[in-house]
Amino acid sequence: MFRIHCPHCSEARSEEEFSYAGEAHIPRPAAPSSMSDAEWGEYLHTRTNHRGQHREMWVHTAGCRRYFNVLRDTVSYEIVAVYLMGEMPPEREEAP
Amino acid sequence: MQKYSLLSLVRHARHYHENWQRAWRDPVPKKAYDTVIVGGGGHGLATAYYLAKEHGIGDVAVIEKGWLGGGNTGRNTTIVRSNYLRDESSHLYEFSLKLWEGLSQELNFNVMFSPRGVLYLGHNLHDMREIERRVNANRLNGIDAEMLSTREVQKLVPLMNCSPDARYPVLGASLQRRGGIARHDAVAWGFARAADAQGVDILQRTEVTGIRTVDGGVTGVETSRGFIGARRVGCVTAGNSGVLAAMAGLRLPVESRPLQALVSEPLKPCLDVVVQSSGVHCYVSQADKGDLVIGAGTDSYNGYGQRGSFSVIEHTLQAVCELFPAFSRVRMNRHWGGIVDICPDACPIIGEMPVRGLYFNCGWGTGGFKATPGSGYVFADTLANERPHPLAAPFSIDRFSTGALVDEHGAAGVAH
Ligand SMILES: Cc1cc2nc3c(=O)[nH]c(=O)nc-3n(C[C@H](O)[C@H](O)[C@H](O)COP(=O)(O)OP(=O)(O)OC[C@H]3O[C@@H](n4cnc5c(N)ncnc54)[C@H](O)[C@@H]3O)c2cc1C
Ligand SMILES: [Zn+2]
Repeated sequence: MFRIHCPHCSEARSEEEFSYAGEAHIPRPAAPSSMSDAEWGEYLHTRTNHRGQHREMWVHTAGCRRYFNVLRDTVSYEIVAVYLMGEMPPEREEAP
Repeated sequence: MQKYSLLSLVRHARHYHENWQRAWRDPVPKKAYDTVIVGGGGHGLATAYYLAKEHGIGDVAVIEKGWLGGGNTGRNTTIVRSNYLRDESSHLYEFSLKLWEGLSQELNFNVMFSPRGVLYLGHNLHDMREIERRVNANRLNGIDAEMLSTREVQKLVPLMNCSPDARYPVLGASLQRRGGIARHDAVAWGFARAADAQGVDILQRTEVTGIRTVDGGVTGVETSRGFIGARRVGCVTAGNSGVLAAMAGLRLPVESRPLQALVSEPLKPCLDVVVQSSGVHCYVSQADKGDLVIGAGTDSYNGYGQRGSFSVIEHTLQAVCELFPAFSRVRMNRHWGGIVDICPDACPIIGEMPVRGLYFNCGWGTGGFKATPGSGYVFADTLANERPHPLAAPFSIDRFSTGALVDEHGAAGVAH
């Protein structure tokens, strides 16, 4: 159980108000019709699944219903940073 | 290996049980093995056992960073069944269920497999259609499955609230009588003891920290106790599979999520089948010790912390109390989480990776305990013959680019 600071509502709210929306910064294919099956498989299914600081999207489902990015530690569950869609991710601290 | 029997029990009783042989050795790692298995959970140990027994490959080490079964094997709610929807998965889980039926004899270790029946409840018309479809699919695959009416469910589980004015009325259920529960630790210990007896080295408290490759082929693993060479490496590390893959420069179609469970104080016998419901999201059984074993849902976010959110537990307990009003006064003893490795189609990945000699057996997610013997058997066969076992072939990693996914979200999603 953690609280997430919604950058749109400017308020820390209970995790239950939010929905997890998967890994962040996966670019949509620029030329979908010329991609191989392997590239499609990679885009659709393969994930970083990082142990440590993970960049991910959340949506404030029971609030403003807007998306944003979060840098969260997947071991301690600590939220390291919250930043808007389209913003560059903060540097990730590699686990020792 | 000293055989366990009634006779040996009596004989040891005369010496106050002080002379039992230890169940497995604690060997010093060799410099190299034919095959290294990473992960000393049930699947890894079963793989090592069948490699030695079925294929005569005893030059094997199982490398475990913690203790045997300390991962999901020792954290799961032990439901064993084979009533999956698709042919590919049904065949694999049914093969495994058949191995469960003779496992205690096979391993000379009581894994306490108790085929007491697994009920899956339906609470609305859609549930009932899904359940009936699955029952029909199971029967076509030769898997025992039957439909029960509300009255039959009530007769089987007198404590359940089957009244029509329940918040989520029970409209019926499917029942697989050959399904049930088993003792999770015993499965890890039984396979470990039997593998050790065939010459397999079990290395506990040894962490794999790197996978060494030369020219696109694996040559061994870096560990906290030094480099260990191997011709083949099989990774069976469940929630940490992504971490192991990254060591070889790979990424997998797998995400690691927390899944939680809890047990109550011991009670007198009151529930002699396993009850699962995806409508209200709970599953509960009563272990032989008397405690209620309750499984919760998976958290929606990635996590490696072996704990999840309290709201998930709260939600599950609401459902349990709804179905079993009498349980509302039972006290809970312990609560924990495991890290489950979930694939987009809720099915495992079994087979060779783009690195020669590097094999993975992962993605069993929320429901791999029931597959332990079958998974070990087909993975050992795949490793020994360097080609997929026919039952494992549909579960190669290629399916994520060919599109031949085996969607088992219905049968695996909530029910584990
Ligand atoms: C709460 C919960 C309930 C569940 N309920 C059910 C159920 O009712 N029925 C069912 O069929 N399934 C259930 N499951 C799923 C089931 O537990 C797993 O699918 C199954 O036990 C996986 O077995 P395994 O041997 O692959 O993994 P594990 O038992 O997790 O073993 C993997 C091992 O790898 C080790 N490891 C990891 N990284 C390294 C490294 N770098 N070096 C060395 N060793 C390493 C770990 O320490 C661990 O011991 C449940 C899971 C959970 C968490
Ligand atoms: Zn908001």
